[in-house]
Amino acid sequence: MLEIEHVFKTFNPGTITEKRALTDISLHLAPGDFVTVIGGNGAGKSTMLNAVAGTFPVDGGSIRIAGKDVTRLPEYRRAALLGRVFQDPMTGTAATMNLEENMALALRRGQRRTLRWGIGASERARYREALSTLELGLEDRMSSKVGLLSGGQRQALTLLMATLKKPELLLLDEHTAALDPKTAEKVLNLTQKLITEQGLTALMVTHNMRDALALGNRTIMMHEGRIILDLDAETKKKMTVEDLLARFGRISGKTLDNDRMLLA
Amino acid sequence: MNILQLLNMMPGAVGQGLIWGIMAIGVYITYRILDIADLTVDGTIATGGCVAVILITRFGWNPWAAMLIAFGAGMLAGLVTGVLHSVMGIPAILAGILTQLAQYSIDLRIMTDPVTLHSRANVSINLRKFPVALSSSKVLTAALDNPIWLMLLVTVAVIALMYWFFGTEYGCALRAVGANGQMARAQGINTSLGKVVGLMLSNGLVAFSGALLSQYQGFADVQMGRGAIVIGLAAVIIGEVIFGRLFRNFGLKLLAVSLGAIIYYMVIQIVLWLGLTTDDLKMLTALVVAVFLSVPNIKNRLLRGKGAKARA
Repeated sequence: MLEIEHVFKTFNPGTITEKRALTDISLHLAPGDFVTVIGGNGAGKSTMLNAVAGTFPVDGGSIRIAGKDVTRLPEYRRAALLGRVFQDPMTGTAATMNLEENMALALRRGQRRTLRWGIGASERARYREALSTLELGLEDRMSSKVGLLSGGQRQALTLLMATLKKPELLLLDEHTAALDPKTAEKVLNLTQKLITEQGLTALMVTHNMRDALALGNRTIMMHEGRIILDLDAETKKKMTVEDLLARFGRISGKTLDNDRMLLA
Repeated sequence: MNILQLLNMMPGAVGQGLIWGIMAIGVYITYRILDIADLTVDGTIATGGCVAVILITRFGWNPWAAMLIAFGAGMLAGLVTGVLHSVMGIPAILAGILTQLAQYSIDLRIMTDPVTLHSRANVSINLRKFPVALSSSKVLTAALDNPIWLMLLVTVAVIALMYWFFGTEYGCALRAVGANGQMARAQGINTSLGKVVGLMLSNGLVAFSGALLSQYQGFADVQMGRGAIVIGLAAVIIGEVIFGRLFRNFGLKLLAVSLGAIIYYMVIQIVLWLGLTTDDLKMLTALVVAVFLSVPNIKNRLLRGKGAKARA
């Protein structure tokens, strides 16, 4: 479903702030794979996701999504294949537009936007039903501006929008990191439910090691722009957070330098 | 001070306000919907006026056909700013200033006397020789050719068209471009192209307004757009401050912009009547916009200060 082949990325090359963000990254995801991604600060987790999403062009290598070479496609063209949820709950929705307008934009992801009316007559019932599955009461606030929602509500809405039209690949970039623990758990449960129900292929960056081990059928660990560990479903099941930290120390020769992660 | 004299000035203010209201709706599209401060408009309003007047006086065109071409000329100006900004990566404000500056030369070329080849900053329309769609000379009459009737019709038509357009799939996508570019791209919207299209639409309307204005006042002048962006912003802000709580619907918000322009011109007439001269108007306009733009910020700061005290 996703084939990343030998991708390199250096930010600000030739300057004092030069940063090798991705070094020879290769990763293959089979349809239905739900892969969690962990690693310290600056390991390249988000950069890898953004390379797939097309936020910036990569320096070398190729990226294929659902068999389609997207390496040279701009971000908006790749959107047809992707569902995305960002770390900042404000990023995934348009605050000054109302809920149903946001959902109508998401339903048309990857389609030509015509001069037909922006929200079809039959769509509202569908949005209402989808929103009611969140059990947040949002189905009664479809004409409210999204800016009035809380961070957790906005993130749940973003998740719903990302899957309203089934994506070939779902990219989750620490999408619960900015939420309080209770809300984060809710959004995480919703994530798992949507992925299981729709049989989605997903790549989820998380700073929570326990979540990384508990969710999905595969976990990869990144360090300094490389993938240093790749655990399949069987190995994952037997692993504890302590095992994972020990493995990290052995491979990288360092202790994990992420406070947030150790606390988790 | 004669109050009758002031009342006599009001129909003219309404007429001018309605014309500038069209231009202010164009400003609203870039400033409020796309979140771009587009300074092209100063040049575009003059270009629209020049194109219309030359087509009418030199080529004997029907005024409505001339206005259609003026609309197209405005879209072209928007295209230039849009490409400078979206494709070449120049900050939007600077891109607008560059286009506006270039337009000055283009306007002079458009206005050049075809016989003597002398450049002209100003060309007037001989109303006895050429038909115009509207004229300020009729603004005090009660007849059907009073320009206020026509401008009311045009305003309603423009608002209806914009209401429709921004309700369509593509219009919604444009609104998303302004509201949250990153979200728009994640939903598959080409934000660069969206900005260009928005700038074209906006400048098309501004040029149309310039074409109406040149006929209304009976001449086009290459300087007629100086400070236009500030008048447009004044109309947008006055409309929002006065009608913001009342008007929630998008169509009504556009109507508020038009009403804002009318109120702006009424206030102008009042201060003129009170004894200021037209020379003082630019200063006054700048002051009005500066005050209205700073009010929300100062209010926020004061409220925050109070909140901090309450917590302490």
